[in-house]
Amino acid sequence: MKITTMRDAIARHVRDGDTLAIEGFTAFICFAAAHEIIRQGRRDLTLCRMTPDLIYDQMIAAGCARKLVFSYLGNPGVGSLYCIRRAVEKGIPRPLELEEYSHFGMVGRYMAGAARLPFFPLRSYLGADQPQANPRIQFVESPYGDGPIAVVPPLNPDVAIIHAQRADAEGNTQLWGLLGVQKEATFASERVIVVVEEIVDSEIIRSDPNRTVIPGLLVHSVVHEPYAAYPSYAQGYYDRDNLFYLEWDRISQDEAATQAWLEEWVFGVEDRAGYLAKLQAQEPGIWQRLAPGQALSQPVNYGIYQ
Amino acid sequence: MTTYTPSEMMIVASARALARQRVVFVGVGLPNIACNLARRTVAPELELVYESGVFGARPARLPLSIGDPTLVSGATLVCPMADLFMNYLQGGRIDVAFLGGAQIDRFGNINTTVIGDYARPKVRLPGSGGACEIAIHAKEIFMIMRLKRRAFVEKLDFVTSAGHLSGTPGERKALGIPGSGPQLVVTDKAIFRFADDTGEMFLSSIHPGVTVDEVRAEVSWPLNVAGDLVETEPPTAEELRLIREELDPAGVYCK
Repeated sequence: MKITTMRDAIARHVRDGDTLAIEGFTAFICFAAAHEIIRQGRRDLTLCRMTPDLIYDQMIAAGCARKLVFSYLGNPGVGSLYCIRRAVEKGIPRPLELEEYSHFGMVGRYMAGAARLPFFPLRSYLGADQPQANPRIQFVESPYGDGPIAVVPPLNPDVAIIHAQRADAEGNTQLWGLLGVQKEATFASERVIVVVEEIVDSEIIRSDPNRTVIPGLLVHSVVHEPYAAYPSYAQGYYDRDNLFYLEWDRISQDEAATQAWLEEWVFGVEDRAGYLAKLQAQEPGIWQRLAPGQALSQPVNYGIYQ
Repeated sequence: MTTYTPSEMMIVASARALARQRVVFVGVGLPNIACNLARRTVAPELELVYESGVFGARPARLPLSIGDPTLVSGATLVCPMADLFMNYLQGGRIDVAFLGGAQIDRFGNINTTVIGDYARPKVRLPGSGGACEIAIHAKEIFMIMRLKRRAFVEKLDFVTSAGHLSGTPGERKALGIPGSGPQLVVTDKAIFRFADDTGEMFLSSIHPGVTVDEVRAEVSWPLNVAGDLVETEPPTAEELRLIREELDPAGVYCK
């Protein structure tokens, strides 16, 4: 039985010192998993994500991480990630090692990791300083005589945590909206936790196989946790809460305010249900405010072939 | 005469530069408004591409980021980012892309990584995202930046994205860079272009009410001025209406 609680999934799969990828580009960012990792006091993690976003800003403020592997360090559409900047610029709460790529470089690293290749070649970093800042970005000579080409090493996380709209009990997972690098990160990782808005019957999955992004074959645990991506969004389920993204911009500029927020909203609640209850008590109309309305796709005919 | 803000002038000038373009790689914020304005005015066939994996976006609201869900609903196509970077960008399908940065030098090289030393930065900036590969692969690069002396610098602290490098003709090509690099820098005070023979930025058009000396004061190197310097056409009433009523009604970017 793969279906379990977030507490159990994190306890079972995420260990001190692990390399962890919680992916999802602006969308499907699994804050519920991050908060549980913080509550369980994981340490010395190497956190991988193209865009560390608020999720890693919070984990780094909580002292979970030793190292960050990334390609864009910003609060998307808002500004800076101040906790990560404090760690990098001042070593607060602890120093943070950075390993920096471009977006294409990170995508390539996951692809090489997923396909068990020794490196991924890409036409990038030409005329730029990144290879000086990160010696793992190298150039090799093409054996076919086209000159040098940049290469990046495979990325094989110990654990990937992926949030999606729906999966069946086996973890066959369907995702629509921004697909990011979730498929590649899943195939690259040793252990995979899928967190979904809805658990559905396998027949629903099989009615639309083109929409299945992650096969259950790769999935170790399935967690049913509605609104797990809040304050980011799940396409068709809820919008991003930009008010919180703006609020975090203010909170995170101050170390004491950041720790107080973690104390209240992460350590101060039992689990995600506790967090959501607190959120709703603060703003009863929150899910109406973030409801996206309906824009249904037209059904397609796969046909019956027997 | 209609009044307008420097930001509105900057957006209108950027949108007009997209006339007859087909596929544009859009960044969030000002480029986003400029591209959406262009699609409603000078470039109705414009396909908006976002690095989050969206081709042919039709955003119904001002996207809050390049990963906003409004980019997905009603788009022509949404693909994994691997597809976007490999096939669309590296595959040479992007005509023009917008970039910005914390620092730019006279050759259009850009820094979005650090102020100060990389290992001990004074300010840690976001880094490349997709910028360094966009700078290589888009056929043309347009920049949108506010004109400020601390941004228009003599020497970058870090080269995140290649412009015309040291300005030597053929340097990009020799490195295997397919795109032609920066063609235009649109600011809130003026528009700059790049000389073919030196790769150096020069003042090409100045916004109404701005003097050449005011522009020079915000640029850290001795600035060349075009012999045929022109004044930028001010925004039309219709362009302003589109910005104010449809594209940025809350005035987030255009104050």
